[in-house]
Amino acid sequence: MQTLILLPILIPLAGMLVNAAFGGRIGGRAAGLIATVAVAASFGISVVLFAQVAATPARAIGADFGPWIRVSELNVPYGFRVDALSATMMLIITGIGGLIHLYSIGYMKGDPRTPRFFVYLNLFVASMLTLVMADSFLLMFVGWELVGLCSYLLIGFWFTDIKNAEAGRKAFVVNRIGDVAFVLGLLLIFFTFGSLSYGEVFEKAEAMKGAAAGVLTVITLLLFVGAAGKSAQLPLFVWLPDAMAGPTPVSALIHAATMVTAGIYMLIRSNVLLEHAPIAMQVIAIVGALTAFVAGYAALTQWDIKKVLAYSTISQLGFMVAGVGVGAFVASQFHLLTHAFFKALLFLAAGSVIHGMEHRAHETGQHGADPQDMRNMGGLRAKMPLTTLTFILGGLALAGIPPLAGFWSKDEIIAAAAKDNPIAFALLGLTAVFTAFYVGRQIFLVFFGKPRSADAEHAVESAPTMTIPLIALAVFAVLGGLINLPKGFPGEAWLGDWLAPVVGKEPHEPLNLALAGVFVALAVAAIAGAVGLYRRFASADSVDPLTRLGPLYAVSSRKWYLDEIYRAVIIKPFYMGASFLARIFELGGIDGIVNGAGRLATEMSETLRELQTGFARTYGLVMLMGAVAILVYFLVSGTAR
Amino acid sequence: MNETTPYILLSALLFSIGAVSVLTRRNAIMIFMSVELMLNAANLAFVAFAKQWGQLDGQLFVFFVMTVAAAEVAVGLALIVAIFRAKKGTDVDDLSVMKN
Amino acid sequence: MGSEFIVFLAVAIVAIGAAVGMALSRNALYSAMFLILNFACVAVLYLLLNAPFLAVAQVTVYTGAIMVLFVFVIMVLGAEKLPAGESRKEMAWQRPLALGLGVLLLIQAAYVVFTRVVSSSATKLIDSSPLAIGKALFGPYLFPFEVASILLLAAMVGAVVLTRKE
Repeated sequence: MQTLILLPILIPLAGMLVNAAFGGRIGGRAAGLIATVAVAASFGISVVLFAQVAATPARAIGADFGPWIRVSELNVPYGFRVDALSATMMLIITGIGGLIHLYSIGYMKGDPRTPRFFVYLNLFVASMLTLVMADSFLLMFVGWELVGLCSYLLIGFWFTDIKNAEAGRKAFVVNRIGDVAFVLGLLLIFFTFGSLSYGEVFEKAEAMKGAAAGVLTVITLLLFVGAAGKSAQLPLFVWLPDAMAGPTPVSALIHAATMVTAGIYMLIRSNVLLEHAPIAMQVIAIVGALTAFVAGYAALTQWDIKKVLAYSTISQLGFMVAGVGVGAFVASQFHLLTHAFFKALLFLAAGSVIHGMEHRAHETGQHGADPQDMRNMGGLRAKMPLTTLTFILGGLALAGIPPLAGFWSKDEIIAAAAKDNPIAFALLGLTAVFTAFYVGRQIFLVFFGKPRSADAEHAVESAPTMTIPLIALAVFAVLGGLINLPKGFPGEAWLGDWLAPVVGKEPHEPLNLALAGVFVALAVAAIAGAVGLYRRFASADSVDPLTRLGPLYAVSSRKWYLDEIYRAVIIKPFYMGASFLARIFELGGIDGIVNGAGRLATEMSETLRELQTGFARTYGLVMLMGAVAILVYFLVSGTAR
Repeated sequence: MNETTPYILLSALLFSIGAVSVLTRRNAIMIFMSVELMLNAANLAFVAFAKQWGQLDGQLFVFFVMTVAAAEVAVGLALIVAIFRAKKGTDVDDLSVMKN
Repeated sequence: MGSEFIVFLAVAIVAIGAAVGMALSRNALYSAMFLILNFACVAVLYLLLNAPFLAVAQVTVYTGAIMVLFVFVIMVLGAEKLPAGESRKEMAWQRPLALGLGVLLLIQAAYVVFTRVVSSSATKLIDSSPLAIGKALFGPYLFPFEVASILLLAAMVGAVVLTRKE
């Protein structure tokens, strides 16, 4: 059982090593198979571990693999634990991850660097599992940084295009800002509690009760900034839309289903700390709701099929964060789960669409129109029936149409916000309507109407390796809601009871019929409105009907001018400071010292060089001198016996 | 002073002759032969000590030294042959190209 | 001072003479001959020191194999003598210094032998028959023995690679 815990991490790691060593020789397809099998095996073991956790009364199994860091009071072991929360995360990561690996075999076909792609993907799975299985904040941070690295590598996977490389760098730098706060939070945790392992920290935090409210507020806010970096919350979300530069499976796996939920996972994991920091909770709720609103609003007018989904992801992450903020940890985790299903599905289906759009260009060698621009699409439902069906199911789940998965989880968060925080409730409610609208707009623009480009006319359905994962995910996107139904339904609140050992027992809530009814009606109306508005969108150069909104449209399509604001407020001054340092300080001061040191060394060695005659016999002579001298020393000192 | 002392002294003398020879000759082959002489002197001391202490280990050491010497000569002479081809000579003082 | 010591003295004088001859001879081929003589003397000393197996090994391995190789290489290369070109100027101090150090080393060794070496010696002769040596080699010394075989193999490969024609 001890080693079994490590296996889910070790198997993808082994897959990674095999592909790193032999990937170039065995080719992309074999590398993809190896990687997929590794993740599938990891999934199998995760299921076993899940069952073991369920069978254990404490709902947690763990193991220490010796000490890792031991410096005076700091003692961090290689400790792993699988409890209700991490077991759930493991299933998401390896399950959805496995499907996306399978999908990638088809998606990456023909790319010569496919083996490397799978190396990164396997490394990501192993890192993400480390993140969720760690038994201490520090080990979690290791996984946290590793997934950040994988994200960077994969966003910039097609780095020959400078835009992709820049997107990767942006993600890395913005994440670093959050990570600094995270590290500060870790330090403060250690100073306050003298430990970094979950068990001890939470126990001591519980014991301190209100006494530590001040410091706990600071800690949780720092952790939240870290989470905001990774989970793309205001004001650090700017990296996520650019991250869509990576291959689509990466967008699905890392930037929708798993990595970006790491921040949510971390917050839920720290629920004990959060509960004693009510001010921090308020901040988190508002920031989450605001993020949901801002991103949802920006999603309304995007043309890039993946950008819409990217902003939608940020928006949904905002829902989860807001859920944490209003204390609805179970609902948050629930939404994380269902969102992982339907958003991974939407991304993969979008990838399938892009693939279909590129088909003509590949066949004829002609340069096609932008395959990601929805203006060039239209009428794809006839060409790609499976993709269409699964995308619509995923989209409706996202829009919160019952009985699909998204409806149940989103409704729980909104209901919790309604009770706890009116501002968050208002923002989230508005966002839910936006969501339905941009989903309707996207589905209609992509799949209905008439083809608006030659590429769209000649699109074809994707290969089975790509459509099978779509179907599997679609099933989950439809049925995912069953795991945490409201009170009164059969099998009610299963997830809530399952997570109770981690987040504490939450009462079973009945479905708020009035609230749910209003939002479903609003969502349906929004979708209908979108369909009505875009019905007359006939050719690729038509004007978006929303432009009639004037400045409101501009704010949305320019993404609240956030990139422009950052450039003016942060990047420009930073460059100015950097160029001052580079020209004056670096060239004059530091280079002078460095060159001086270099010159000194050169001159000294010029002198010493004379000793090296280059004649082997001289060296031999010096050796003999040494031997004689050592003998003299021994004889004189009398050590020779 | 005991019965093996003369052997040790002889060993020391042969070793010193070998050492001086290594350092004064220019011919690479000569240097090699001198090294063999030094090894042989050391072997003699080993055997003498083996007798003095009544232990077989000294003799076994000699056995291994012989093995190493054989290996060393094989590689060393191969090197000399290779150098001779390149330099048309075996003067070690010509082999100072590492300098400059 | 039995007959054994007289034999030792005679052989030792020949051995020293051969060593000096090797060191001083201008012709490498003569040096090799002197060295062979020296090795033969040492083989006799091994016999006196109750090491019959090593004495035989000395003759076969050193004189029989190693020195034959030396002579062979000297003759093949025609490297009996270096061209007359004199020693370099910057090496002028090398010879006297080496000689001085050699003498110093000898004095030190003698000093150690006469002052520090314990003057007890084993009472009875050890069994140094080939059987005993074989048992030791394949018993406690098995691992070094195997390592030595790998060393020889490596040397063989090295020699082949180094002398291969391009």
